[in-house]
Order: sequence, then structure tokens, then C-alpha cells
Amino acid sequence: MAQDVGYEAVMARRNEIMKKAVGIDYNRFAQGPLAFDYERMMAEVGYSLDEIRSIQEANSVGHTPLIELKNITEVVRRTAPAGKGARIFVKDEAANPSGSFKARRASVSVYHAQAAGYKGVISATSGNYGAAVASMAAMRRLAAIIVQEVYDSRGLGQPEIVEKGRACEAYGAEVLQLTVGPELFYVFLLLLEETGFFNASLYTPYSVAGIETLGVEVAENMQDHEGRNPDVVVVTHAGGGNVTGTARGLRAAGARDTIVVGASVDLSGLHMASDVDFNRKSFTTGHTGFGVPFATWPDRADVPRNAARPLRYLDRYVTMTQGEVFYVTEMLAQLEGLERGPAGNTSLAAAVALARGMDEDRLIVVQETEYTGAGKHPTAQLTFARQNGVEVRRGDPRENVPGKRIVIPETPGQIRAQEVDLDRMRRSYIRNAVEGTGLKRTGQIELDFLREETNAPKDFVVAALSDLGVAVAE
Amino acid sequence: MGETVNEGSWVQVHRVILPAGQRAPQVPEETQRVPLELRAKGFLLGEARMGDEVTVRTIIGRELSGTLVAVNPPYGHDFGAPVPELLTIGQELRELLAGRRGGRGGAAGGGNGRGGAVGGDA
Repeated sequence: MAQDVGYEAVMARRNEIMKKAVGIDYNRFAQGPLAFDYERMMAEVGYSLDEIRSIQEANSVGHTPLIELKNITEVVRRTAPAGKGARIFVKDEAANPSGSFKARRASVSVYHAQAAGYKGVISATSGNYGAAVASMAAMRRLAAIIVQEVYDSRGLGQPEIVEKGRACEAYGAEVLQLTVGPELFYVFLLLLEETGFFNASLYTPYSVAGIETLGVEVAENMQDHEGRNPDVVVVTHAGGGNVTGTARGLRAAGARDTIVVGASVDLSGLHMASDVDFNRKSFTTGHTGFGVPFATWPDRADVPRNAARPLRYLDRYVTMTQGEVFYVTEMLAQLEGLERGPAGNTSLAAAVALARGMDEDRLIVVQETEYTGAGKHPTAQLTFARQNGVEVRRGDPRENVPGKRIVIPETPGQIRAQEVDLDRMRRSYIRNAVEGTGLKRTGQIELDFLREETNAPKDFVVAALSDLGVAVAE
Repeated sequence: MGETVNEGSWVQVHRVILPAGQRAPQVPEETQRVPLELRAKGFLLGEARMGDEVTVRTIIGRELSGTLVAVNPPYGHDFGAPVPELLTIGQELRELLAGRRGGRGGAAGGGNGRGGAVGGDA
């Protein structure tokens, strides 16, 4: 029976296709049109921490070293007021198979795919997650297909994504490379339907639970080193899984007072679906183009209910400029002997800025590094930026203009974290929730759900709903 | 026209998934004006010439069709060229750690607020 494979027809079948390809009946957790039981979904669908640890250990994932960045800490102290300059540590996640923390996510997704009897896995990702899925699929002898957004209409590939595609191929995956556009999702759905493979989405409970071990290890490593939990953990934030999984892991390990700070590269003004803007950015992940929309409406993902819900967990959210991240990438290589990144070093740039304002005895952890390589390197990206008409120069990073000018700081003291107003993001989330579901009035269930989703007090949620003309009945 | 490509060669095929003007409604104007294109690689089934409609067997064994556009295309990405703006950062930071004033030739902190504190508590 031939199905209609046209764009509209396939998009209309999305829920049916997804249900088969993920094997989760998300309706089970629904509590009305808006609310759903997030914790029950995580508990019932995912695996326990112990199970995840043993799955990951079987694939040599995790147990990465926590490294104190003593030279960078000293640089920070020389640019800080007396007594300030927290000790900076980094979790060297590049030591995972496939070179990033994404191996944690992929290990659980691919384990589950195999256990559930799927013959292969598909993932829609232009990032490190593709290589992670391909690597885990290789270990488990499953077929893997990775769908990437890589070219503009001139056929010019973003070097970082070209490299990630090469890495997927190195692990034996089939790589489908698309030009710019959100209709990648249509191609992805068609493939799921054609192959019957598992959707190794970044946003299932499997994938997000896979990151919880990272949060647990950060707390455990710090307990081993210093006998206490870290004061601050900085997380590069894009789709929200990294923040969500790490924070959940920290809590599971008892690090309830640790402040979780999300950090994204500021790409404001560049449209993520623009054929023109696409190759004018030097970061393809860890940026505000994902970080803001995914925090303010997580369910825009490729599964009906996103397990990554960063607003629940973010204590602070900051942005950094592209030039600042390139600068600290150079700093990490030149002062600590660790050539990593660049995108994963967004959180390191933020840590440098935050440490300056913290007391010397405080502990701040950057919870990831990622492998570096051809295309995926400051020299590759800055060469490419210049070829695409972007100005590159030294100066004050405040003069940075995404897509037009990359300013490499002149001194480490110029590295500043730009605070994002989380209350504004919370209101934006509530507006999206109301508009997305056509909600006219809320009862206790919706109110509780929105409070949990935004990690905000009841009064805040009620006021935001009232501003939108939504009646609140308790 | 063009040379024959042998069966079994590792090739790249190209396909238009959505033509220009038939893109998703939410995409911006500049994207709306161009097609959504797909490129994929596989072993060529049958002999063909560049530009022919062909079928390939992908590395995982699926069959895919498209226009033959390249034979064993190189990845082409590299490290670019050394970037002058990055070249001196390591030395600047080592000088800062050695207790000398950081920045470029004493330019540290000029009008940059806290940048002026460089080396202050060394």
C-alpha cells in the first residue's frame, strides 16, 4: 500500500510515525491539553541511574577526568579584585568514545533501541550527537543514519558540520546532508517510516537520563577532590538536555545547593532557518538560536514531549560572544595544554567571567569539553568567517555583532558574561504555552505544571497568566 | 557526454526534496527562494555518466536514487590558516602569569573598565 509521501501528508502523520519510532505513548502522561506528568515520564520510561551507569560502563562511556585549570584560575585572579577568583575545574568529556558528552545520551538511546528490537537508529542532528549515535550503534552492531543540515544553497558546507558528518561516516553511519531549513524534519519522518528504525532523538527520556550520570560524576569527583560539592556548575546550553540532565544528576547526588548556570553563544539577530545567515555564524551549537527557543518552548522538538526542560533547572543563564569563546579556547590550549572545543568551551568562557566575581575558595565546574579537529577549530572557523565576509579583529568583545564582526578580546579581563533575564524567559514560556494550547482558563493542575515548568512562585505565574487574559481558577 | 563512472564507485548523488517556492511556510524569504536539497553517498549501481539519474547502495545497504554529481568527493574541510588575532594570545597570557603587564604592548584595559586591573594583584 503506497502512502502519500508529499510534505503535507507526511507532516500530518507525524504523531503516528513518532509513536512507532520512539515506542513511547506520550498520551499516558497527559494531564489535559497543557500539563503532563514529567517526573512520571522520566521514572517510567527511562532507566534508573544504576542501570544507566552499567549501560554506559559497558560502552566505556563516562568516568571522565575532572581537571583543575590552575593556570586559567591564576589568570582570572590577576584580573580580579583581591580575594576573588574561584578555582575552575573542567570535566574532560572529550575523553568519551566519539569525543563528547553526547556519548552519554547516545549510549542509552542505542541500548534501548537494541533492547526494543529495532534494527537501526536514526538521528536528526548536525552536532556531536550524530557521531555519538554512530559510535554507539557501531558497538551494538545496529545500522545508523544521521540526517544533517550542512549546506547553504551555494553548496557551501559549514566546516564544523562537514567534520561531524565525516566522523559519523568514520563510525559506519549513512549520512544524509541537507541544505538549510526546518523541513529536515520531513525528510527525517520519511526515513523513519521507510526504515522502521528507532528515532534516537536528543529529547527522549533515554537521551536526557543518559546525561544524569554527568551531574552525578561532577558531584562525586568534587567530593573526592575537595570533600564538598561544587558551588557553581556551568553548562553550555542549546537544546536543553545538557542543562536538564546535569542538574538532575547533581540533585540525585545530593548537590542541591549547587548553582546551575547555563551559557550560550550570542547569535542574536541571525535567523536559524536563513540560507544567508547560515554560513555567517561560527558556532553551530551551544548558541542562543537553540538555547532561547528550546527553553521557552521545549516541545518544539522531534518528540511530542521533550524530556529536556531547562527552565525547570536553570538558576542563571548567560550569553558569551563568539570572540570570547575563541579566546578561551586558545587559553585552554596554551595555558592548560588541552586542545578542545570550540563550541563546548562556551561554558568555560562563562566560567572565566563568573569566577572573577567569586571568592577564591569557591569551586566552579565547567561540565564538558569536546574533541577538536579539522573544521571544528578556531582557525578553521575564523578562516571560514573571513571568507564569508565576517570581520575578525582584536578589541572589546562588546563590539561583537553576530554575523558581521567577531571581536577577539585583548585581555582576559574583557571576558564578561551577559546575564539573560530568566523572568522574561519564564513569561515567554507561559505565553507560548497559552498560545500553543489555546488555553482560556487554568485550574490547579495547569497552575502547578506552569510553576514547575518555570521554576517560579505561584504569584509570578498567576500574574503572567492574567497579563495574557487567562482566568485562573483554583 | 562526460566520462563513464564504473559500477561500484563511491559517489555522491543529489536530489531536490522541495523546490524553490514550495518550502515550509515559516522559512524566511531568502530560504523560500531556494530549493531544499539533499546530498548522499553510496556505491554506484550500474554504469553511469555524471548528471545521470542513478541508484546507489549506501554504506548501510539502503538504495537511494538521485543525480550523479561527484565521484569519491573529498571532505575538503581543514584547519584553515593560522589566525593572526589568535597567534599572540598564548604569549600574552604567559607574560601576564609571569607578572608582567598583560595585553598587547601595554594596551591592556585601555578604556575597558576592569581590564585595567590586569596584573593589579600579581
